[in-house]
Amino acid sequence: MSVNWDLVWSSLGPLIGGAIKGTIPLTLASFVLGLILALIVALMRLSRNVVLAGIGRFYVSVIRGTPLLVQLFVIFYGLPTIGVRLDPWPSAIIAFSLNVGGYAAEVIRAAILSVPKGQWEAAHTIGMSRGQALLRIILPQAARVSVPPLSNTFISLVKDTSLASLILVTELFRQAQQVAAFSQEFMALYLEAAAVYWVICLVLSTAQSRLEKRLDRYVAH
Amino acid sequence: MSPTDEAPVLTVRGLTKSFGSNAVLRGIDLDVSKGKVVALIGPSGSGKTTVLRCLNGLEMPDGGTVALGGNGTGELRLDFGGRISGADAGSRKDAGSRKDAGSRKDAGSRKSAVSGKNIAALRDRSAMVFQHYNLFPHMTVLQNVIEGPVKVQKRPRGLAVEEAERLLARVGLLEKKDAYPFELSGGQQQRVGIVRALALRPQLLLFDEPTSALDPELVGDVLGVIKELAEEGWTMVIVTHELGFARQMADEVIFMDGGVVVERGPASEVLREPQQERTQQFLQRLLHEF
Repeated sequence: MSVNWDLVWSSLGPLIGGAIKGTIPLTLASFVLGLILALIVALMRLSRNVVLAGIGRFYVSVIRGTPLLVQLFVIFYGLPTIGVRLDPWPSAIIAFSLNVGGYAAEVIRAAILSVPKGQWEAAHTIGMSRGQALLRIILPQAARVSVPPLSNTFISLVKDTSLASLILVTELFRQAQQVAAFSQEFMALYLEAAAVYWVICLVLSTAQSRLEKRLDRYVAH
Repeated sequence: MSPTDEAPVLTVRGLTKSFGSNAVLRGIDLDVSKGKVVALIGPSGSGKTTVLRCLNGLEMPDGGTVALGGNGTGELRLDFGGRISGADAGSRKDAGSRKDAGSRKDAGSRKSAVSGKNIAALRDRSAMVFQHYNLFPHMTVLQNVIEGPVKVQKRPRGLAVEEAERLLARVGLLEKKDAYPFELSGGQQQRVGIVRALALRPQLLLFDEPTSALDPELVGDVLGVIKELAEEGWTMVIVTHELGFARQMADEVIFMDGGVVVERGPASEVLREPQQERTQQFLQRLLHEF
């Protein structure tokens, strides 16, 4: 098998363009929105209100129990039949945010529960309300615990955004598909796409270990 | 010492608390005057820690009243109402006086639950030192101490820092102000815990077995600090296993067992010549342990 290096080289531009204009913004937007949603759902699940806790549990169960691709298709291809027509980009961001929300909610819930009860009590005895205690005492400690699992979610998300190519979002993988279809060099283009994803994830892994080190400054080693 | 030293800081009547079907407190009365130190002793499971936790709103009592303050700042009075036990009925009679009349007046609200706002007010006036320190691990020593004054009591940061540094210097930990709790020994952490409580300027200091988690050689440091606070006139309730310490410091020793007060009195009497058989047994057992 001979590799068409010229094609690989000349397609690198479009692929990286797809990452910068598609994959990366889609990942960032979905992750930020997903984390906000996850925090809300985690707090619902921890609340004493049975209705809120039930809604949270149901949401997590549906998101984790159905394929991401199906969620994406329901939003983009399904919703129009009930009159809700969304463009590819909003559809993708909504689907990925909802998905991150479901997975990260469990991570955040577990992280909050991992903070010793004595921390809540100490916060209360210095006069803090539940909200203050959560924001100033509990969440900063939960953040440290949740960095490794949330990094997993983030890195998975980078790769999952390739599914958006199926609802016509022009991101890294869709660019590769288009060049491959045109040139018939499937192996070269798909391996090249894989390499670009890999590089992005390597950068993220490095960032993760730096963040973990920073957050670990107050624990004994 | 001025006559106001005898003013009651804390008055507890008929405090009851159950966990499920387990009645942990069966009507506890407690009076602590300004500047006095009360030591709560008793076997584990006797309810002494639960008393302390009720005084700080960490547990919600099922019944009884807690009154705190009453000098200048106005008295805070919480009526937990509810099930009045037999032991409580007895104590109400000897409580007599002005206070009881007050409680009868708001008897109408007896069944109403004590709100979160009341609990917050209770916490505002008391501060707790925990057995396991419970310092905030993600904050430095100084941040631990000023967190309450600055974020909750809204005091100016500069003044709070000044006061925190003065208090830390007093317990010999000023040079550790930028350290994280994990860098400190248990004894140092507990002294920070005490400073964190003092920085809130409470009317009442609550200690929950402050030396139980410490290595024996570190106990002395912490007891020394508590002793100084007693000499300075802080009002304190201390749950402790250190009988020698209780004898030295406490104005009153209360022996609890099975959720009731078995015996109370001056430290020298309760610890040296206990009248009740249960107290005698408890002290015997402790003596044999050491």
